[in-house]
Amino acid sequence: MAAAITTETGAWVGTVPFLAYTGVFLLLPTGIVVWNAFKGNTGHWTFANISALNTGLVRSAFTGSLELCVISSLIGAVLGALLAYAVASGNPDGVVRRLYLAGSGVLAQFGGVTLAFAFLAAIGPTSGFYFHAPWFYDFPWGIAVIYCYFQIPLMTLVFLPAIDGLRAQWREAAESLGGSTWQYWRHVGAPLLAPAFIGATLLLFANALSAFATIEAWEDQISYVVPQSISTSLISEVGLANVHEGDALAFGMIVLVVIVMSGYFLLQRRAARWQR
Amino acid sequence: MAAVNQPLGDLAADLTGPAATRRPSGLRASQRRRLNTFRYVAFTVFGLFFLLPLLAMVRFSLEGTTPGSWSVAAWTQIVSYPGPPPLLSSIEITLELAVITSAVMLLLVLPTMIWVQLRVQWFSRILEFICLLPLTIPAIVLVVGLAPIYNQIERYNVSALMLFWAYVILALPYAYRALAAGLAAVDARTLSEAARSLGARWPVVIFRVIVPNMVQAILNALLLTVALVLGEFTVAYLLSYVNLQTNLFEISRSSENAGVLFSASAATLAFAFILLMILSYAGRRLRRGRP
Amino acid sequence: MTKLVAAAKQEGTLNVIALPNDWANYGTIIKTFTTKYGIKVNSIAPSDSSAQEVTQIEQKKGTSLAADVLDVGGSVATASTSLFAPYKVATWDSIPAGLKDPSGLYTGDYGGYMSVGYNSTKFGTITSLSQLLGKAFKSAVALNGNPTEANAALNGVMMANLAEGGTAGNIADGVNFFHKLKTAGNYVPVQATPATIKAGTTPVVFNWDYLNTAAVVGQPASTWKVFIPSNATLGGFYYQAINKQAPHPAAARLWEEYLFSQTADGGQNLWLQGGARPSEQVAMTSNGTIDKTAASALPPVVGTPIFLTEAQATAAATYLAANWAKAVS
Repeated sequence: MAAAITTETGAWVGTVPFLAYTGVFLLLPTGIVVWNAFKGNTGHWTFANISALNTGLVRSAFTGSLELCVISSLIGAVLGALLAYAVASGNPDGVVRRLYLAGSGVLAQFGGVTLAFAFLAAIGPTSGFYFHAPWFYDFPWGIAVIYCYFQIPLMTLVFLPAIDGLRAQWREAAESLGGSTWQYWRHVGAPLLAPAFIGATLLLFANALSAFATIEAWEDQISYVVPQSISTSLISEVGLANVHEGDALAFGMIVLVVIVMSGYFLLQRRAARWQR
Repeated sequence: MAAVNQPLGDLAADLTGPAATRRPSGLRASQRRRLNTFRYVAFTVFGLFFLLPLLAMVRFSLEGTTPGSWSVAAWTQIVSYPGPPPLLSSIEITLELAVITSAVMLLLVLPTMIWVQLRVQWFSRILEFICLLPLTIPAIVLVVGLAPIYNQIERYNVSALMLFWAYVILALPYAYRALAAGLAAVDARTLSEAARSLGARWPVVIFRVIVPNMVQAILNALLLTVALVLGEFTVAYLLSYVNLQTNLFEISRSSENAGVLFSASAATLAFAFILLMILSYAGRRLRRGRP
Repeated sequence: MTKLVAAAKQEGTLNVIALPNDWANYGTIIKTFTTKYGIKVNSIAPSDSSAQEVTQIEQKKGTSLAADVLDVGGSVATASTSLFAPYKVATWDSIPAGLKDPSGLYTGDYGGYMSVGYNSTKFGTITSLSQLLGKAFKSAVALNGNPTEANAALNGVMMANLAEGGTAGNIADGVNFFHKLKTAGNYVPVQATPATIKAGTTPVVFNWDYLNTAAVVGQPASTWKVFIPSNATLGGFYYQAINKQAPHPAAARLWEEYLFSQTADGGQNLWLQGGARPSEQVAMTSNGTIDKTAASALPPVVGTPIFLTEAQATAAATYLAANWAKAVS
């Protein structure tokens, strides 16, 4: 086998296993979703599913998603940036930094069912840690606080390299020119960090948009956000206008996430310039 | 949770990257004091926010049948909870899934990446695009398209272990970034030319020359994959499979004794945290070990 | 029947779905069935809703993991008949005509009345649903599930609908009631379980009366009371159906025979002991096979019972699908 593949023209054969696998399990499902989004009940091509996305029920799911995502990503971004700054300005090899990074890694990943249980334990009349517990079931602010539980660590992880990239010399230079802390941040720090900050916020937004497990485990009686609508459409047949509504919803989500993630990638490339 | 692990690749690199030296911060003493105050306040406030639910969870897991009493019943129940389905079997399934997914991931992605780097360079852009695509196709969307495919899979094998096909895709972006960072740090071209000139065949070049230099990156990728599999809920739930997270979800919806929910969740979190900390210090030792 | 038992024993396994152990005594029913026939019962996803049961048999179609039998609410039963295999149990004639599909695609098995269970120490006595809109009930009222998916929750909203003066054909008043609850801050979208009741998160629960008894809920009878509005006595039955592509068809049919048998340890009497009203209750009372103690322990029915027709249930489901989320968010 090795002999045959060493010719230049034949070398691409080595990518076949990878292409085959991702073709079947990534590209094909995506294709199915996009294809079905444009198919009607009778099997013909139609924009009906897409235009049905503009009906009240679906529109409120998208509005709900947008509300929750904007709130949790903004709060998560600001607080996460502050925490990142606190971590970055300490000993780079120290225990505190390692603990916080490992903790952030775990918390950013472990949203979902586990997080819902943790909050169940923390609120409620018999636990006594939090007050006004039912507020956490409010949409969007109560649930946004729960989302921040994984948004803030995520922000810390994403934004940390950007802060690490702020060189001490720039601060010294600003000082020697007579600038105050405020002026340093306003004229040097903020503009440098802006692309990374906005990019990271976009990442948080896409993350909140895709989150399903957390809100489903927290409360599944009301479909607030698009992932829950997709789940309902996969489960319940009653009341749906057409069988491919789930695919249309999924397609709508893809479009949204693609837009947001493109913004993230573009900004990340720009921000990377300052991080070397 | 899709986009989450991309920075985890950075995290892993950060934790195991070159040992940073204490940098001068360019601040005067008074500014440094103010900064330290800010840091202590920030760590306390955030620490409380994050620790309280976790502590509450642990406390609930240790509570006995009457309020005020303590018992480890919830923890022993992790292995004995009868379900249905029994919790232990779903833990086993999830751990097996983690192993299978990691193995398939590495076997699929690592040789391909190295091969592309060395022999099919023009493909690397396509490779990167495909590997990062799952970030824009979140699990909740992917599962809609996977449902008909899994209908076919189930005609051959009904086990929940079949979830690995989807899990490899979900883990792809994170593992790719971790491995790509590692591969970039290795001068693959030079190494492979040297090995080839000594008469090594391609499999030897890939597996015995380049891969051993990427152990750190491989560890990172493995950790990210395992973390993902342990916490995965959406795909399993919507395809009607039983794994650890869906089992916990099921218990939370119907069961009277909820103690095992908190103990199992706390155990999973602790497990992942310990893994990350081990990786952080192991990375440091690996670096120091090399001349 | 003996042939059926032999065939079922040869299959050796039965897959059931959405049957919590404390739901109308299903725990005992499953155990008794296994002891009696030696057939192992796999209890899949106990907390699934009726709609999720149908999804499961569609997703696992053709595999050995698909559920063999379903126990679903009326609207899901009538909407999914294409997935069922017709079967008439031996006691078919004892079941009222209104509770079964003429060709045997689904058969009413047990039912109850929609009720409000509540903590009487905290709230005193509840005599009308409109009390629930008051300040004392802040963050207290919970449903059993998602009305767009679960039969129990749908009927909970329908009971409110009838109590508010609405008709069975139009559930708008019920949705509006919950909207008012939500605006007043009294509705809490938490799944009510014995754990949440114990923790005090859901001290008022809309649920079937057999699920709201103090014993099932795990509260002392002195503090947990059940209220059925006299102007909204909404009854509801569940229906058994056999999966057309059941992996264990003989076991599935034997299970149904067992559930509908009128013996002392048969399904009908065991459901009765769980506080539910078996579909053959009338026939069994007249032929004397009914468990008299359990029957007299049932709460008396005040007011005229109303049962949703197929059309009404479907109309309610459609309305909920379009309006529920908006009303309570």
